[in-house]
Amino acid sequence: MALLRLEGVSKSFGALTVTDNVSFAVEPGQALGIIGPNGAGKSTLFNLITGNIAPGAGTIEFDGVDVTRQPPMQRVVAGIGRSFQIPQPFTNLSVYENLLVAAQFGGGRHRDVGGFCMDILDQTGLAKVADNTSGSLSLLQRKRLELARAMATSPKLILLDEIAGGLTEGECVALIQTIKSIHAAGTAIIWIEHVLHALNSVVERLMVLNFGKMLMIGDPAQVMASPEVKEIYLGIDV
Amino acid sequence: MKNTLTKSVAVLLFVGLALVPVLGTRAMVQDLFMVLTLLILALNWNMLAGFAGLVSVGQQAFVGIGAYAMFAAVILWGLDPLVGIAIGGVAAIVLAVPIAFFTFRLNGAYFAIGTWVAAEIVRLSLAQWKALGGGTGTSLPKGTTKDMFGVDLIKDALDMSSSAASDALTYWLALLLAAVTLVSGYVFLRSRMGLGLQAIRDNAEAARSVGVDPIRLKAAVYLLTAFGTGLCGALLFIQITRVTPDAAFDVVDWTAFVIFITVIGGIGTLPGPVVGVIVFYALQRTLADYGTIYLIVLGLIGIAIMLFARKGLWGIFTAKTGIELLLLRHRAPKRS
Ligand SMILES: Nc1ncnc2c1ncn2[C@@H]1O[C@H](COP(=O)(O)OP(=O)(O)OP(=O)(O)O)[C@@H](O)[C@H]1O
Ligand SMILES: [Mg+2]
Repeated sequence: MALLRLEGVSKSFGALTVTDNVSFAVEPGQALGIIGPNGAGKSTLFNLITGNIAPGAGTIEFDGVDVTRQPPMQRVVAGIGRSFQIPQPFTNLSVYENLLVAAQFGGGRHRDVGGFCMDILDQTGLAKVADNTSGSLSLLQRKRLELARAMATSPKLILLDEIAGGLTEGECVALIQTIKSIHAAGTAIIWIEHVLHALNSVVERLMVLNFGKMLMIGDPAQVMASPEVKEIYLGIDV
Repeated sequence: MKNTLTKSVAVLLFVGLALVPVLGTRAMVQDLFMVLTLLILALNWNMLAGFAGLVSVGQQAFVGIGAYAMFAAVILWGLDPLVGIAIGGVAAIVLAVPIAFFTFRLNGAYFAIGTWVAAEIVRLSLAQWKALGGGTGTSLPKGTTKDMFGVDLIKDALDMSSSAASDALTYWLALLLAAVTLVSGYVFLRSRMGLGLQAIRDNAEAARSVGVDPIRLKAAVYLLTAFGTGLCGALLFIQITRVTPDAAFDVVDWTAFVIFITVIGGIGTLPGPVVGVIVFYALQRTLADYGTIYLIVLGLIGIAIMLFARKGLWGIFTAKTGIELLLLRHRAPKRS
């Protein structure tokens, strides 16, 4: 049984159709990449999956339950964790407390919630700044906090929205390592990313979105080799 | 280390205040009773507006219903006023459910107006309650407060008049309720739910995206603060001994002053209401003779603080000295 299934999902903002009849499924533990030009509707698709916005049409099923009308918090508890493209930390709380909220309210139950959060902070390289207020973090640290906080909700499916942009080579390698270990632990992943080499070193399947339409989904190498994708990504380093 | 110092000072202060009916004058007891009840109301309003973002201007609904429930308990059902206090608290929670049901659909200023309208409706309804005097209100039967449970005990133990003993009793109850409200507020904010509230305050959308349910948490705070406010209302009117709809549901006495106290002290900080109530009392003592001017001065100070010092006097103090009390921080566990 698929972990996540979208069936004919559409969303319009006024006259602008941002998600256009999208259907696909993600199996438990699978990693799916999403690429597409700016404004293609990638982040909107995430917001539909998490319940931050409601679809105009279609159904979304998670773990065998129709969640189309469920609010975000219910979906988090069911196992959908997310990061925001523009980091949204709880700025007056410390880095550690940002994770603590997620761990206490998310889908996991912990005997040692402090240790659980510290493990994630270690893994994401934020342990040193655990007690700093998250409002004082640099943009890169905030992006890492987005990843860490999503992990702290103990998701079955984690949604990552452009978390590799602006990293140095070394940082990018470390990030890929972290995401691979999330994946290895059995968590399904959907990852929106413009840094294609990072994306393709993790995902098993790749989806291309363009003007809200799912242009293609399948094996990353085949998708990247297709003429339509080459045309869209003309000029972008593949 | 610093924590033990804070705790010792707090305990000393509590003991000192507890001794006032024994060592001080009756006027002092009555004055401090009013200060303590205002503090209770301010602690509740601060939790509501400062931490849960629910800027209610209708808390007089719960003071009033608490007072009326207590009067009903005494006059209609022949119960002890102390039992009436508990009934007042419960009545406030019961009333809070339908008020929340309607006002939680509103946001910001509309929520504020909604809570005020709700309080007015309750006031007008209770003015129809003929058994409790309708629009003109009623008084506690003569001797009620002197016959209150515990008054005889205090009278004999401290060798004072019945009315002084009843003042002492209500005073101690106010002190206890203030202390319990402050401590439980701290414990609540340090709990899972309190952390969720702080997350909502920072970023509601992100909070929902890590599993926090803002409506549920806010509703919990709304009901709990209604309970505290209702208890306080009942206690207040045992001391006042006479209830009218206008006095019990007075928006100036039970909400405007309370907002002022919280704002000057430091909204959204735990020590804020304590600082605010002290300043308020000092201002009241020095300006009370000037009538309306007093209210205008209060208003101007409140506005100035809102514009120039969002975290109130406590915020200024914290920024200048670096001293912080009742911090809500959860420290990351240290590991080898
Ligand atoms: N709340 C909204 N109201 C109106 N228009 C919106 C809203 N959210 C997104 N849009 C529009 O929908 C389109 C798709 O936005 P979306 O953020 O999903 O794109 P994206 O693929 O994530 O782009 P990027 O790569 O830049 O992050 C854009 O044209 C955007 O302006
Ligand atoms: Mg986007």
